[in-house]
Amino acid sequence: MKDSSKSIMQSQKLILKRKGLSDTKLLLLITVSLFVILYILSAILFADRNFAKYSVFFNLFNNKAYLLMLALGLTIVMISGSIDISVGGVTGLVSMVIATMLVDSTVSAVWSIPVALAIGIVFGIVQGYLIAYMDIQPFIVTLSGMFFARGMISVINPRSVPITDEMFMCWSSARVYIPFLYNVRRHGTHDVAYLTPAAIVAIIVMIVIIIMCKKTKFGRSLYAIGGNPQSALLMGVNVKRTKFLAHVLCGLLAGIGGLLYTLFAPSGNPGNGYGYEIDAISSSVIGGVMLSGGVGLPIGTFFGVLINALIERVVPLLGIVDASWPRIITSAFLFAFIVLQSVFARGTGRRLTRSRIT
Amino acid sequence: MRFLNIRTGVSIKSGLKTIAKSLASSRLTFSIVILLIVLVQNIITTPTFFKVSITNGLLSGYIPNILDEASELVIVTLGMTLVIAATGGVDISVGAIMAISASFCGLMLNGSEYRTDVFHNPYILALLIGLLGGALCGVFNGFLVSYLKMQPMIATLILFTAGRSIAKQITHGQTIYIMNPVYKYLGVQIPGVPIRTTIIVSTVIIVIMVLVTKLTSLGLYVQSVGINGSPSRLVGLNSRMIKLMAFVICGILSGIAGLVGSSSIGSVNSGELGLSIEMDAILAVALGGNMLGGGKFSIAGSVIGAYTIQAITTTLYAMSVRADQLNVFTAFIIIVIIVASSDVFKDKVQKLTRKVFSKNVSVGG
Repeated sequence: MKDSSKSIMQSQKLILKRKGLSDTKLLLLITVSLFVILYILSAILFADRNFAKYSVFFNLFNNKAYLLMLALGLTIVMISGSIDISVGGVTGLVSMVIATMLVDSTVSAVWSIPVALAIGIVFGIVQGYLIAYMDIQPFIVTLSGMFFARGMISVINPRSVPITDEMFMCWSSARVYIPFLYNVRRHGTHDVAYLTPAAIVAIIVMIVIIIMCKKTKFGRSLYAIGGNPQSALLMGVNVKRTKFLAHVLCGLLAGIGGLLYTLFAPSGNPGNGYGYEIDAISSSVIGGVMLSGGVGLPIGTFFGVLINALIERVVPLLGIVDASWPRIITSAFLFAFIVLQSVFARGTGRRLTRSRIT
Repeated sequence: MRFLNIRTGVSIKSGLKTIAKSLASSRLTFSIVILLIVLVQNIITTPTFFKVSITNGLLSGYIPNILDEASELVIVTLGMTLVIAATGGVDISVGAIMAISASFCGLMLNGSEYRTDVFHNPYILALLIGLLGGALCGVFNGFLVSYLKMQPMIATLILFTAGRSIAKQITHGQTIYIMNPVYKYLGVQIPGVPIRTTIIVSTVIIVIMVLVTKLTSLGLYVQSVGINGSPSRLVGLNSRMIKLMAFVICGILSGIAGLVGSSSIGSVNSGELGLSIEMDAILAVALGGNMLGGGKFSIAGSVIGAYTIQAITTTLYAMSVRADQLNVFTAFIIIVIIVASSDVFKDKVQKLTRKVFSKNVSVGG
């Protein structure tokens, strides 16, 4: 008797525990704690590299503002159960178009903004139409999009072009210092943490996306069609339109990402944006977005991007100079998280197919 | 004579009709038509197109060249066909696997030297190690897809991006030059044989694949798993194993392509070997009339598709289009083909023709 009541108590406890900590939150918790652990570990290992300083922390984000845009775009399409691997190509294309446009300073740098957004939206609309309304596999469509963008880069300009436009460089090198967040250097000067304009844009866009996913009808429909398109359809969600809009939004974000990348590295280079799609996908996946759709939070992606930035920062400090190692390690992380997701999917059974964002 | 007399007029017409119908419905027609267009275009622009001569003990000319240059693509395409048929997804890591297996082979042959003409290990052993590298990559991809139930493209995306970096680590970040003439046997010519080895290798592999898929049940199993996995499991097929096997075969074939490719230039450059070949291979499979959603496949179709693409590529190169710009054309063609073969598009076309037809009737009536 005692045993059975005990086991009932235990199972009740388990149910309570499960209710309190859904898949989404658990994955987010893993990501956040992973970032914190990695950061503290690197602060201890490389005590001379000032990881404890505010400015170093903010620089992590300053350097990867563009990646946050790409990863948020991927988060949205992945939540809707689709994928977009053309974002790296679009990033490269945008940076090359802007660089070529500004090469002789006859065009105002202000035009780079609408051009970047337009390129992104055009990619989004074409790919979204083919995927949502023509019902073609998203991977093939966006793989073609990636190759198309890569080819267009070298059609436009096969050499690298530095950007010398004054206004653009002014945007690129501007810094917004954050009051009260500083460390005192040995000589007594203040090392104030700062954000670049690109990072501020990225943060604003991220907040908009978080609100959109949580509060708007479109955001809720995203989770619904990613979780189970059939039941979403029965519920009255316009599945095709939602999927289409998700891709357009992803394209737009890739365009913004391209602009921010050009601000970060002001030159047009045929190799720009190569392989960024995997960085963006891995950031999203590490941030707790499930590849099968319907599960994930934009804030998790933010931490995924920070982990990505941290890996890129720490790996050279370990004495590995070769630039290919960060990508191998990121891929290994991606692999580990995919395995983790698979374990989750198996452990929670069918719950995976339903969206649980509580 | 009597036979012909009976079937005059109408029968010839109907015969033509059935031929046209079977041509239109055959999945191979599309690629054959494109191949013919490319060939005709080439014949018009270059009158010496069909000329085959022997220079330096080797068959040379346009056609042997296309056959030679297409060999890597043909071999990769065969593996891709199996993966697409079994899983309905695509292996986009084939180019990276080529680089990895060639790097293994180069490492075995050269040891730690970057440029040498001495083999540090037996040639055959090095080739086998290279193939083993390819097979291991295939096992990795296959494991992710069949046991962890990942979408094939995302599973292979890991090797797609990490693969070249791994290959670079294997060769210590350098291009390896293998100067021993024996190394070029596989990719150029075995002394005394007038045909390029690449052509022989690709032909042998095509024959083996045709025999394996026709004589054993592998082809049937792959098709049934690709069409629908769960009933196949119910009738007792180990669908996981078959998917895994498709990826392993694809890995081994990519490995062979990598060895052939590196052997024909006598060096291992992990950044360049098989770059963006995955796109061409997918395109070849699609051109060959195979369903990209899995299921039925035709080896012959894929092979014809691959040669067609090489013919297009060679023609575009002749029109002084650069290699990196070629991607624009490839992407464009692949989208057109896939849109044309999609169900939605077919439905729309059918509705349109029906509309036009019914209009005609009403006008006539």
